[in-house]
Amino acid sequence: MDKVTNVVFAGLGGQGVLKVADILSDAAFSAGFDVKQSEVHGMSQRGGSVNSDVRFGARVWSPMVPLGEADFLVVTEPTQVDNNRHCLKEGGLLIDPSLFLGDDYDDIEDLNDDDDCPITLRNFNVAMLGALSAHLQFEDAVWEAAIKANLPAKAHAENLAVFAFGREKAQEQE
Amino acid sequence: MGEAKRLLLMGNDAVARAALDAGVTLGTGYPGTPSTEILEEFGRIGGRAQWAPNEKVALEVGIGVAFAGSRVLVTMKHVGINVASDPLFTVAYTGVTGALVIISADDPEMHSSQNEQDNRNYSRAAGVPTLEPCDAQESYDMFLAAVEISERWGMPVILRMTTRVCHSKGVVQTRADIPAPQAPHFVRDIPARLMVPGYARPAHRRLRKKLAEIKAWNETAPFNQCFDGGAELGIITSGVSFLHAREAAPEASICKIGMCYPFPDEFIRAFSQKVKRCLVVEEGDPYLVENCRMNGIAVENKPEMFRFGELNVARVKRILAGDTSTEPTFPPGNPPKLCADCSHRTVSGVLAEKQCIVAGDIGCYTLGGLKPLEAMDSCVCMGASIGVGLGLRHALPKEEAKRVVSVIGDSTFVHSGITGLVDMVYNPPPTGHVVIIVDNGTTAMTGLQEHPGTGRTMSHKATGKLVFEDLARAVGIAKVHVIDPVAQKEQFDALLQASLDSEELVLIIARRLCSLGAPKLEAYEKASGRQ
Ligand SMILES: Cc1ncc(C[n+]2csc(CCOP(=O)(O)OP(=O)(O)O)c2C)c(N)n1
Repeated sequence: MDKVTNVVFAGLGGQGVLKVADILSDAAFSAGFDVKQSEVHGMSQRGGSVNSDVRFGARVWSPMVPLGEADFLVVTEPTQVDNNRHCLKEGGLLIDPSLFLGDDYDDIEDLNDDDDCPITLRNFNVAMLGALSAHLQFEDAVWEAAIKANLPAKAHAENLAVFAFGREKAQEQE
Repeated sequence: MGEAKRLLLMGNDAVARAALDAGVTLGTGYPGTPSTEILEEFGRIGGRAQWAPNEKVALEVGIGVAFAGSRVLVTMKHVGINVASDPLFTVAYTGVTGALVIISADDPEMHSSQNEQDNRNYSRAAGVPTLEPCDAQESYDMFLAAVEISERWGMPVILRMTTRVCHSKGVVQTRADIPAPQAPHFVRDIPARLMVPGYARPAHRRLRKKLAEIKAWNETAPFNQCFDGGAELGIITSGVSFLHAREAAPEASICKIGMCYPFPDEFIRAFSQKVKRCLVVEEGDPYLVENCRMNGIAVENKPEMFRFGELNVARVKRILAGDTSTEPTFPPGNPPKLCADCSHRTVSGVLAEKQCIVAGDIGCYTLGGLKPLEAMDSCVCMGASIGVGLGLRHALPKEEAKRVVSVIGDSTFVHSGITGLVDMVYNPPPTGHVVIIVDNGTTAMTGLQEHPGTGRTMSHKATGKLVFEDLARAVGIAKVHVIDPVAQKEQFDALLQASLDSEELVLIIARRLCSLGAPKLEAYEKASGRQ
């Protein structure tokens, strides 16, 4: 367990990128890991690019994922893949909206139109986190507690459902 | 004071928690990334927190609290220290009776700032002891240490953080054994606090004596640490650079400086003598390097290219390898932009159309200076728009001078625009001048903080309100207009044109709530019960 796990989240301001990074950090913390999380707050409300680095393991030093060392790159907005790909290590996993939308989507706004899918633009960040969770070894209860701790009570049921949906989708794909 | 807990906290939240645990009487400051969350969090968890109109006032209020024997937290971003530097240099002379801890949140890389000044230079210039935390745990611990040092030596203390310390989360173990503050009381001590020359001369000597004592203490203080590795490579470092260095060179010996002023040169000299190659890894200016060299400690500096921007593990590896080849660049992300329905857009549009020469200021509206509108010609520091606009008017030929407009946000106007307005009345340019306050009813850029012009406190309760139009008239500006630049766009356009043509002194308050914050701001106003 000495190895540090590195996750980079990326998207646009308003997509809840920092929120899911918070949830992952909380989960890793309650699972007993040392955790560091780093992001640049500031002008994110105006649609600019937003990133958050989460690192956990027995002991984490730098708060930022070193260049080309991300095990996972989770991108919530298709336009933000190219400018973040360099974060990923060789053989690292990119989780992007195509997981839910297929490869031929145009616009992530299409999410809101699909009635068979519980995902909306608002909870999409948590669905992506669900997909990431399929690759991490935290217990369900840890995830559930972290999600609840970071979202208002009235949003718990919806987000737990969409988290599970994302997780299954990622498991199917493997 | 609560019980000890293990928490996952951002550096800023760790400072707030430490301030609460230390029984700080008051937290005050002015918003500015990356410092803003400290006061907000301090207020949220139960501390008494308030926004000051600017950093100078914040520090002065802080000095008063500390003169009363209490503990006080004063927060600001790095450039805030410039504004507060006048009281800073002299409170170092007077000293304090309580604890005065000043947070300087520096922003190497300028993630959201107009410069990347390294405020450790202030520590030495003003003679103020300074601690540099590397993560959230140290932010907590060092705030408490700063309180202790401040009370023990009766000195202000700076906690110098940086963006990656402020905005990084880490595990924090809190403490339950913090000595309680003394009860506030006033002890008259005129020679100590009345800085007229006759009292200030001995006060300066007292300051140097205290600094010498603190220096001696710092030589064995707990925050300066050595991590033994091999004798080949020794790294002297501080702040977040320590974490990058530790990761980049796990085999190296490391000397981590926790208190960078007064400089613990003996401690560092002893370290440097044990290693063959001794290299300083620090962000920004060569502060540690110069202090080492001044003390005759031979150290290697980073190549000049690493003076710019922040460090990270990859850059530290390059520094260690002496690799000065061009660093890789990556596709840029999306820059921030004005919201689709932001009133600053309309104002910028009108200014662009009229080909005004715009002396600008800092806030969301500065984005109007970028493509495609490019409706702002300068942005120097908060409040500069008015003075710079006046200067342009004084110097330019008449036809150009008549196109000069100063544009300033509402929070920025309160911060440091008022004195500019006074100068406008006192020294009017021959062609008059036009100032526009783009009043969106909030400090939008840093996340919708209240300010005196909103008439609501940090926690959104009704309080005294600064009314810009009344203030401007009282200052002596005859032509003061209030207008909604979106709902009354045509009138706004015509008013601006008439004002430019009039060659008089005109203030236009372009007032419309921030579109992003409007729902919240309206709810706060309603809940404040003022209407
Ligand atoms: C001395 C100093 N303190 C703080 C800041 C950070 N800062 C820049 S502009 C600004 C206020 C912006 O508010 P406002 O003028 O109301 O404009 P808005 O963003 O709402 O359009 C702040 C807090 C700074 N750059 N310099």
